[in-house]
Amino acid sequence: MASTIGSAPPRHAAAAPPPPDRERRRSYRLGRLDIKFSPYLYIAPFFVLFGVFGLFPILYNLRVSLYKYDLLSGSRTWVGLQNYTDLLADKQFWNAVYNTFGMFVLSTVPQLLLALMIANLLNRQMKARTALRMGVVVPSITSVAAVGIIFGMLFADQYGLINYLVTSFGFDPIAWRDSKPTSWAAIAVMVDWRWTGYNALIYLGAMQAIPKDLYESASLDGASSWRQFWKITVPLIRPTILFTVIISTIGGLQLFTEPLMFGGAQPRGGIDNQFQTVAMYIYERTFTRNFEYGYGAAMSWMLFIMILIFALVNFALVRRSVKGDNK
Amino acid sequence: MTTQTLRTVGPGAPAPRARRRRGMPGARLWQASPLTYLALIIASVLSIFPILWSFIIASRDNSAVYEMPPVPGTKFLDNTSRMLNNPDAGFLVGLANSFLVAAVVTVSVVFFSTLAGFAFAKLRFRGSNILLLSIILTMMVPTQLGVIPLYLMMVEFGWRDQLQAIIVPFMVQGFGVFMMRQYASSAVSNELIEAARIDGCSTWRIYWNVVLPALRPAAAVLALLTFMESWNNFLWPFIVLSNNTPTVQISLKVLSAGLYSTDYAALFAGTSLSIVPLLLVFIVFGRQIIGGIMEGSVKA
Repeated sequence: MASTIGSAPPRHAAAAPPPPDRERRRSYRLGRLDIKFSPYLYIAPFFVLFGVFGLFPILYNLRVSLYKYDLLSGSRTWVGLQNYTDLLADKQFWNAVYNTFGMFVLSTVPQLLLALMIANLLNRQMKARTALRMGVVVPSITSVAAVGIIFGMLFADQYGLINYLVTSFGFDPIAWRDSKPTSWAAIAVMVDWRWTGYNALIYLGAMQAIPKDLYESASLDGASSWRQFWKITVPLIRPTILFTVIISTIGGLQLFTEPLMFGGAQPRGGIDNQFQTVAMYIYERTFTRNFEYGYGAAMSWMLFIMILIFALVNFALVRRSVKGDNK
Repeated sequence: MTTQTLRTVGPGAPAPRARRRRGMPGARLWQASPLTYLALIIASVLSIFPILWSFIIASRDNSAVYEMPPVPGTKFLDNTSRMLNNPDAGFLVGLANSFLVAAVVTVSVVFFSTLAGFAFAKLRFRGSNILLLSIILTMMVPTQLGVIPLYLMMVEFGWRDQLQAIIVPFMVQGFGVFMMRQYASSAVSNELIEAARIDGCSTWRIYWNVVLPALRPAAAVLALLTFMESWNNFLWPFIVLSNNTPTVQISLKVLSAGLYSTDYAALFAGTSLSIVPLLLVFIVFGRQIIGGIMEGSVKA
């Protein structure tokens, strides 16, 4: 980066005649103020905007979750923890929780493993390097809505391309939306298609920071490249793996748009809610039926707590399992 | 943490060639084998095919949508004009709105991120560490947690169904601040800033004339990523906007909700067109975007 700096010299203030004494003192005082307060001024926009549109809603959410809103009269009544107790007894909520975790596991585990493999393949000298990298990462620039539409069609029951392949191998066509396993699988494919290449590039970035001589000495010792991958590469990019696991947990448990579009832009997630996620259920109760803001707010707190716990669990799991014997 | 964004990648010195022991291809370890190419080409084809397929369907007659060898037809323009004429979807309005929103959000995020990133990297002030930490923590908060109160706020402000509802809450981004802070730490030398100070530059002038030019490569990547994210944003516009003020994603949703009335060709014309702007950005700036994503690994 040294060259960047060299090419951008500060534009010096035009050499003015030395200002009279009072002037100078004033500008000195201004300079002190400038140095003292500018930093706060520069970070203030972030904190003000985040405070108003990020932090406040989150805290206020707690309050909303303690009320029952009445749409007709526009009033609300304090109900204490009733939304939460209702929630614990709500079968549809637990079904949504089950679906969310099911789809999360089904999508994230293969996704990150596949991303590791692809990154490992990309991490060598090759022709058309940029083209291949762009090739694997192009899905991540498409919008979720578009992905939902395209894959909804690929997984169409009657004439979908996937079922065409299935039947051409002599199997019966699959009713993708009708059961949990099939709809989860289809949605997981959607999620993975969009994010695998992206994660692969993140891993690739980390892999390139590994000194190459580690591998050279390992291969002199006769370690196969498979072994090197698991014993050198994976342990050394562990922080990055942890990072992607956390990010995938936070994102994956909020899964919304893919299943929504898969079900024809309806938040029900299938006739029996077989692929309704928690986020979809929040939407259904809050923004389509009776505008039950309080109930939705309680649900989003529950979702948050689940994300928090699950992120910590995953963190611990991955930290323990991805441990190198060579540090 | 000093890895550069757009570094030229590649293993350093090629390993000595004569090392071949126990059949291990020591020197050629980092050469891609034909099998590597094959696997990566398959991965690329699988990645590109659904996008391509969307364009193929968009170019066919509705009666031929399901025909099997997926080859393009000749009806792309017909389908597109039928799709554009769908009054409910308002696709052109959606496109214009998406451009406007993404542009404003991008300029704002880049400006505030470089400003705050500079302050955190190069200015000394009380509480800077804890404030930076709190920004990092904001990146970990799931967005859905605040959606309902935010919606109630928008109703209160009278912003429902207004574009500012999907602009203002996205004008700052913790990730951007952090990314710019990391980059500024290594890309701008302290001596340079000291020198500018001694020459009598105000902090603002240092930012504008010294720091901002040095941050340009990273700021460009941030801009690209922010633009894409804003363009693709779905959940929040879906909640707070109606079909009267669509973004391109909302137009798509409207088109697809009428999906069972089955004008698939038109739907896919819309889907394809919604991808085109980002596809162009990606083709032109692919290298930088890839660099930016790989840089994400250093974030950890």
